[in-house]
Amino acid sequence: MRRLLSWPVAFGKFWYEFIVGDDWTVAAAVGLGLLLTALLTAAHVPAWWLVPLIVITMLGVSLRRAGLKA
Amino acid sequence: MTDPTVVFVTTFLASAVEAIEMVTIVLGVGATRGWRSTLVGVVAGFAVLAIVIAAFGLALKAVPIGPLRLIVGALLLVFGLQWFRKGVMRVAAHGLAGIRLNPEDEPPEWSGEGFDWTAFVLAFKGVTLEGLEVAFIVVSFGANANHLGIAVVGGTSAVVIIGVIGLMVQRLVVMIPRSLLQLVVGILLTTFGSFWALEGLGVKWPFGDGAILGLLALYLLTAVTYIGLERRRALGFRSPA
Repeated sequence: MRRLLSWPVAFGKFWYEFIVGDDWTVAAAVGLGLLLTALLTAAHVPAWWLVPLIVITMLGVSLRRAGLKA
Repeated sequence: MTDPTVVFVTTFLASAVEAIEMVTIVLGVGATRGWRSTLVGVVAGFAVLAIVIAAFGLALKAVPIGPLRLIVGALLLVFGLQWFRKGVMRVAAHGLAGIRLNPEDEPPEWSGEGFDWTAFVLAFKGVTLEGLEVAFIVVSFGANANHLGIAVVGGTSAVVIIGVIGLMVQRLVVMIPRSLLQLVVGILLTTFGSFWALEGLGVKWPFGDGAILGLLALYLLTAVTYIGLERRRALGFRSPA
């Protein structure tokens, strides 16, 4: 039974590590960026620039946070 | 009816672009994480692809590629960003030192027990999505031009030739320092992830597929800038108040 329960836990942990990793704010910002892009695209507003901008900004924020922790 | 040579050249070139993306991901993941799980992911990807193609045949055009692009792109983007960040930190800390003249002597990134599911998932997704796109190209061009057989030969030969080129450069790729390799693969995954996820949302990229090169250049510039900033910070430089 314990082995049976450990498999879904390991599966969930794998996907958490895969998507969220060390910094949950980056994954959350990307998710929000995709949502905003979908809304802007639905409103016929060109939004191809939004996610790359979020990627560059969040990378800097995350690097700075990691640097302050070290 | 379109000339068969035109059908062959068009499907070959269009499929080659997708195959380059597929081989780049597999090569990068294999060289960074280790080959065993990556190759299992490749085989599993091609197996799923074969089943989908056999099941759908010409009706393949009905498969909703948009949501698939969004899911695969978003996953590659969030995962690629993690490697992008780690790569910047490692290259900033260690520079480009450590050319691996004997890659066999060095353990791969994955040193845990058992199977590396991360390498498997990345390779599987790359092969499945890109393979499906090759299949769409073949079916679209082949069926519309009434030369499906020639389109199949064009698409298949593109995947085989790019795959063989990938095998040939594999020895050179594994000699790249691991920190730099992680950064490069992180940038590539982030680039493809951004492009596919937004395409999946219906975004029209300026210059179509050419936007991939623009994104790549933008992220490379970002990496160089952040590496410079991280090195300055590590050396204790402060901007004047």
